Amino acid sequence: MSRLVVVGNGMVGQRFVEAVRARDREGRWRVTVLAEERRPAYDRVRLSAFFDGVSAEELNLHTPDDGVELRLGEPALAVDRARRVVRTAAGEHAYDALVLATGSSAFVPPVDGTDLPGVFVYRTLDDLAAIRAHAAGRRTGAVIGGGLLGLEAANALRLLGLATSVVEFAPRLMPAQVDEAGGAMLRRYVEDLGVTTYLGVATSALRPGPDGTVGALELSDGRTVGADLVVVAAGIRPRDELARAAGLPLGPRGGVLVDAGCRTADERIWAVGECAAVEGTCHGLVAPGYATAEVVADRLLGGAATFPGADTATKLKLLGVDVASFGDAHGGTPGCLDVTFTDPATRAYAKLVLSDDARTLLGGVLVGDASAYPTLRASVGGPLPAPPLALLAPAGGAGAGAGALPAAAQVCSCNAVTRADLDAAIAGGATDVPALKACTRAGTSCGSCVPMLKQLLDAAGVAQSRALCEHFDTGRQELFDIVRVRGIRTFSQLIAEHGRGRGCDICKPVVASILASLGTGHVLDGEQASLQDTNDHFLANLQRDGSYSVVPRIPGGEITPEKLIVIGEVARDFRLYTKITGGQRIDLFGARVEQLPQIWRRLVDAGFESGHAYGKALRTVKSCVGATWCRYGVQDSVGLAVALELRYRGLRAPHKLKSAVSGCARECAEARSKDFGVIATESGWNLYVGGNGGFRPRHADLFATDLSTAELVTLIDRFLMFYVRTADRLQRTAAWIEAMDGGLDHLRSVLVDDSLGLCADLDAAMARHVAGYSDEWRDVLEDPERLRRFTSFVNAPDVPDPSITFAVERGQPVPARDAPPGAGGRRGPVALGLPEVRR
Amino acid sequence: MRTLDWTPVCPLDRLDPDRGVAALVDGVQVALFRTGGELYAVDNLDPVGGAQVMSRGIVGSRGGLPTLASPLHKQVYDLTTGRCLDLPGVALRRHEVRCRDGLVEVRLRQEE
Repeated sequence: MSRLVVVGNGMVGQRFVEAVRARDREGRWRVTVLAEERRPAYDRVRLSAFFDGVSAEELNLHTPDDGVELRLGEPALAVDRARRVVRTAAGEHAYDALVLATGSSAFVPPVDGTDLPGVFVYRTLDDLAAIRAHAAGRRTGAVIGGGLLGLEAANALRLLGLATSVVEFAPRLMPAQVDEAGGAMLRRYVEDLGVTTYLGVATSALRPGPDGTVGALELSDGRTVGADLVVVAAGIRPRDELARAAGLPLGPRGGVLVDAGCRTADERIWAVGECAAVEGTCHGLVAPGYATAEVVADRLLGGAATFPGADTATKLKLLGVDVASFGDAHGGTPGCLDVTFTDPATRAYAKLVLSDDARTLLGGVLVGDASAYPTLRASVGGPLPAPPLALLAPAGGAGAGAGALPAAAQVCSCNAVTRADLDAAIAGGATDVPALKACTRAGTSCGSCVPMLKQLLDAAGVAQSRALCEHFDTGRQELFDIVRVRGIRTFSQLIAEHGRGRGCDICKPVVASILASLGTGHVLDGEQASLQDTNDHFLANLQRDGSYSVVPRIPGGEITPEKLIVIGEVARDFRLYTKITGGQRIDLFGARVEQLPQIWRRLVDAGFESGHAYGKALRTVKSCVGATWCRYGVQDSVGLAVALELRYRGLRAPHKLKSAVSGCARECAEARSKDFGVIATESGWNLYVGGNGGFRPRHADLFATDLSTAELVTLIDRFLMFYVRTADRLQRTAAWIEAMDGGLDHLRSVLVDDSLGLCADLDAAMARHVAGYSDEWRDVLEDPERLRRFTSFVNAPDVPDPSITFAVERGQPVPARDAPPGAGGRRGPVALGLPEVRR
Repeated sequence: MRTLDWTPVCPLDRLDPDRGVAALVDGVQVALFRTGGELYAVDNLDPVGGAQVMSRGIVGSRGGLPTLASPLHKQVYDLTTGRCLDLPGVALRRHEVRCRDGLVEVRLRQEE
């Protein structure tokens, strides 16, 4: 087995190791990775998300692999090419092949004061943590460098509450990506956000403030800019020191010089990512880095891949502004033509660079509205997918989706996936976006091409069928709108006018849920009763033996001793198996249908109500004990949890809804694993949305911060109602947000900025729900017609179902059926008498 | 095949359209349904899950056939033949059912 040593565990280093491992089916290489940082590879492209509350764990890119020895915190110190060993502080690692993936470091201009405390670079999670720590209690910040990274850093400082300035040596922001007019538009956006820009000047020195940390920047034009914290984002330099010391040739502007196969002058040494000067040129973006990783992986396993050339296209949202550039953005091609579009009203700027015959797209710049970016970028080098003006108009490209792209067009540039690759995957049976992502990796890095994946599925006629089932051609959202807008109140009318056949176990519960969400009366009334799944039909949870379980609501998990005693007495009297649930309530198992009303009579009399454990509805709002008792709590988390649970109880939704409230950042209530979670801050509440446990656990994303209770409730109202109206059948909130065009940003614009003008309607709908709530079980007990359904046998209502029998395990009844063979001694059936029903 | 007598079970109006009930006929649990103007009777026993629950399944149609879905794991059965449309070789035992003078009557079918 040959020894492969990889120096560096950044994004490209990690991708390289994965690529080798995926191709090395015969186990030819034993891999050792030497990493400088103590943290395995993480997503540096999304580094700034750290300030939005995304944890280091969520940015992690590393998956453990037994075939790879990852040595964290053990940087390579030297390469001895003669002996073929890499030296570290811990010893030596011999190699048959050595791959340098050392990345780059921040370029710090040689001016006085860059070594002052309070001056940072913006490269690693540790850098960001240090920036956050230093920003606490400080008022002003400055960023040296107005490029892509500098503007990201400026946004971070702004979010940290600092009055922020940006100093850029070039006469415009993002000089590498946008042209002068685009830069001017960008500057207006940035300054509107309160960021001051100083363009066309250099920083001549950093000066300390009274406390010895940095206090101000001196500019080359004599001006002084106050800054208690400075981030240097003036460019990057390849980390080529190992190669230099080992005597390997470097590129003209630094970087480890490699050929198109990414090999250095030493045939056993390769370089990938930002440290590599491929045929003399270093590339600072992740997509070309991934390409070098694939090239070297291929070569190490006998292939002959070469670097395909870099796609320097960029699209990002900086300070809330979409900026994109692609291809020959600066119009450097001889004879090329520009088509530009400037709209001061919508603040959109766009430029397309065309070939001299105006037929081929060479590149372009978009500022303010980058919705046409995926289509345009994929069209570079090919014919225009539509007339230039149609492409550039705001929301342009609508008439020219991905379906117009040629087969060779690269749809996902992060992972080099072409339309042909995607079409092949679709032909091979991928029928939705998640399947396409899984089999091609398209859309798994920056995600900007996801809308195109949908368009390609459409174009292939896979057509993302929205049909619910054979009875309805529409999806749940359309059905909801039909029912709501047309005021339809029965399934028969709906299927007669908008469907066919008699319905089924898919569409009937969906329509039942829609009718219930719209507050059209009790779920067991009239025809609605026949639509309900058995759980909703008996308002209890069916178990494997045909018995049901009962869960009374315990809002926030708070319960009096008296009520606890009642639950205990009911469980004892009806011989129910009792278990504490994960949602801080109590589940009572083993009830037969005819016992359910008797059990609920006792519970309702004691002040309990339905917990809707049986419904696609709000389940629980879990809480920690909060400021009332806890030494660390900063808000009344139990009080809020109870209020939220009482507000949203009974709300029928496309799937179950779970929530939690934590009284401080320690998060003991696990709010981030919920559909909507609330975490207390010193000054209010942070709202997280889209989390879940289950088969694919997902942490909720931060949606809004430091809300008052009233603001919080309004946002949750809208979030829930929008979800109820627009999600697909059985789609949890996480999947709903993921499938939404524009994702969380779009959701925020709809619910906070009211971009669709829906908020008043959503607010009113929730107000109707809250006012119209009544306890389903109490309503059943008061109505003989509804009670009639809770019968064992229509012709023998006094005979309990003889097939439901129990054994005893750990002192409690459990189903007697399915006893494992040979376990008879432990699990014998026991006769249980009819319960004593006390009134 | 041994046929038993017809057993009156309940008035017809006790059967809601598209919603089943369970009945006890000669010690056998039977699930009764009224859908599309027809009456159907099958075993209440879910042949896959092994519990007596079929009367609580959702009634519907698939390609024109009246169907019943198990409430445990949603396998769909053709009510006219008892055949499971999702799992080959699985079937619900059917029983005879009729309406006489406003009363629903069931006659068990023994082994088939």
